[in-house]
Amino acid sequence: MADISMAALTKVYPGGVRALDGIDLTIADGEFFALLGPSGCGKTTLLRTLAGLETASSGSVGIGGRDVTALPPGRRDVAMVFQDYALFPHMSVSDNIAYPLRIQKVPGATRREKAAQTAAELGLTDYLDRRPGQLSGGQQQRVALARAMACHPQVFLFDEPLSNLDARMRLEARTFLKRLQRELGVTTVFVTHDQAEALALADRIAVMESGRIRQLGTPAEVFRYPANTFVASFIGSTPMNLLDGQVAGGRIDVAGALLPVPEGLEEGLAEGEKLVYGIRPEYLGLAEGPAEGALRGAVRVVENLGSAQLVTLEGESGFVQAVVDEDRRLTPGEIGHAVPRRDRALLYRDGELLNRAPAESGPAGRPGEGEAA
Amino acid sequence: MPTTSPPDAGLAPRGAGGQAGAAPRPARDRDAAGLGRPRAAAFVTPALLLIAAFLVFPALWTIYLGLTDYRLTGLAAADPQMVGLDNFTDALKDDSFSHSLGLTLQFVVGSAVIGQAGLGFLIAWVMRNRRGALRRLVEALVLTAWILPSSVIAFLWIALLDRDDGTLNAALHTPGTAWLLEHPMLSIIVFNIWRGTAFSMMLYAAALGNVPPSHLETARLAGASGWQQLRDVVFPRIRGHILTNLLLISLWTFNDFTPFLLTSGGPEDKTEVMPVFIYKLALSNGELGFGAAISVLMLLINLVIAVVYMTLLRRRKEDAPA
Ligand SMILES: Nc1ncnc2c1ncn2[C@@H]1O[C@H](COP(=O)(O)OP(=O)(O)OP(=O)(O)O)[C@@H](O)[C@H]1O
Ligand SMILES: [Mg+2]
Repeated sequence: MADISMAALTKVYPGGVRALDGIDLTIADGEFFALLGPSGCGKTTLLRTLAGLETASSGSVGIGGRDVTALPPGRRDVAMVFQDYALFPHMSVSDNIAYPLRIQKVPGATRREKAAQTAAELGLTDYLDRRPGQLSGGQQQRVALARAMACHPQVFLFDEPLSNLDARMRLEARTFLKRLQRELGVTTVFVTHDQAEALALADRIAVMESGRIRQLGTPAEVFRYPANTFVASFIGSTPMNLLDGQVAGGRIDVAGALLPVPEGLEEGLAEGEKLVYGIRPEYLGLAEGPAEGALRGAVRVVENLGSAQLVTLEGESGFVQAVVDEDRRLTPGEIGHAVPRRDRALLYRDGELLNRAPAESGPAGRPGEGEAA
Repeated sequence: MPTTSPPDAGLAPRGAGGQAGAAPRPARDRDAAGLGRPRAAAFVTPALLLIAAFLVFPALWTIYLGLTDYRLTGLAAADPQMVGLDNFTDALKDDSFSHSLGLTLQFVVGSAVIGQAGLGFLIAWVMRNRRGALRRLVEALVLTAWILPSSVIAFLWIALLDRDDGTLNAALHTPGTAWLLEHPMLSIIVFNIWRGTAFSMMLYAAALGNVPPSHLETARLAGASGWQQLRDVVFPRIRGHILTNLLLISLWTFNDFTPFLLTSGGPEDKTEVMPVFIYKLALSNGELGFGAAISVLMLLINLVIAVVYMTLLRRRKEDAPA
């Protein structure tokens, strides 16, 4: 029953830093929403403003249809999990989980029962009497989650809750978190700067840059059709190749290489117009020899990605990266010809995407699935 | 997955190297600086001699004096006699001793434990999120009271509390009130709070800086009131600081002689706290032996205070591992 709405939300810190700059955003009930962006773009600030830990400079926040802009944190009915988990070291796990209930003056017996129940759901039953200092990082994270869950808030706010875990634990915790959120169906806002995490977990993602939302969409949309060159270069495990080009006779001329125009964009391109041609390294193949519509360059660096190799070519168009098969033998200095996949190529005019996302990839992963109960 | 095996293999030799490197450590622990025993002793001797001359010897001398009927003047000054534990038993039976002890406890509890610690914490708590001019001003004022010499401060306070031209009487429109005569204990308690709050304030300010903001915010999100935040997050976190602070200011206040500069222990004996009592006894009345015995008792009381706090501190460490 709790959607979150922000209207023209702005936060200016005392020093004059504009950490949020007119955010308009609606997060649906039961949605798993990720905030993604480079360091210092205002993700934490947005979360803290939702929680009421920072007061908005202007604009409004609503939770579940209620305007909470002026309410103190304790009355917004949200729970937050901090990056350091913020478990109280002098309280047992059980007392930690039951802490919000204690503040709500729930009687002791009910409280302990509730804590034990929540702990059981998260597999913490054996640790109820321990202190947080006697738990592993992953267990601490689950205690923090349990504390957030125990008081049945309308909204969960997570600020990089997985960043203290090692890579392996992180994967586990990620799957666990996703399942938990599905079961509980609680609206969740999740801050991360690990984009793999955001792509894997979220129903929708907002990519932020210096206090503004640069793109809002499903993980598939954001990955396939980055709305602008900022998002394009930010999203993806290897940064997208963004090459300066020019329209020439129905093709794009990138430093002498004539590349085909992506489907559906042939109209509306003016001859001689300057554009940016975007292609992910994953969608660039290395041809065996000189080929039509290929980017030519000398192999400079070969990086092993495990099951593939990332090759950096230096040509007239600058550096171009391509992902090639692990069996391919490449020697630095050799000339490579990189051929883009036409259906994955993107065109940007003045930094904004020209491609249109196909309609069916729109509202994928419907929110609200979890509210069956 | 094949990718996990190389790191595992790489760990093994590192572990073995760590063990080998740990072996010679106990030998080095015994002689960390590598000086050898004689040279190390030579470095320590001067300090030990100074301590012996200026600390151990006077202490032992006081105990010895406490066992005699030594006086400042008269026959007993020339030829003091051993009287055994008489001085001590006399003191414990003496009404003026227990009276003075009672006053000292009032003074310590009122001005140090409640006053300085309470006010110091309050200021530190109110100022915790402030930066800039206001905070610096408050800190500067409080610190000034702390660093000024006692004699200067006593003079200032006598001027403040003066019956005829006192600043306080002018401010409160209570001409002719002799504060030091009518409320002597209250006066020296307020005086000592004013004088000594800086230490507690600084210590608590540093301690509050160690309370993670996320812990306070978690409590706030749960709906905790200001008092609940203090009780559940702040106090458990800074308990060690609180105990250390109370230990130090209790001992300092217990041994503080400055009230004498304001009231000379009077009127009558209403502000005759322990140090003043001993001073009057030994140097005004000349009963050096008796005074020394009471000094030893005072030392023992100090020890008891210290032991109580240290026990509390130690219990806390066992309570909260990590
Ligand atoms: N208390 C503060 N006072 C002044 N400026 C602040 C404060 N907190 C954050 N800022 C500034 O606001 C901007 C946004 O900060 P925020 O913490 O929201 O970034 P973030 O996106 O969470 O970054 P990260 O990924 O590194 O956590 C930054 O430029 C930061 O320097
Ligand atoms: Mg952050």
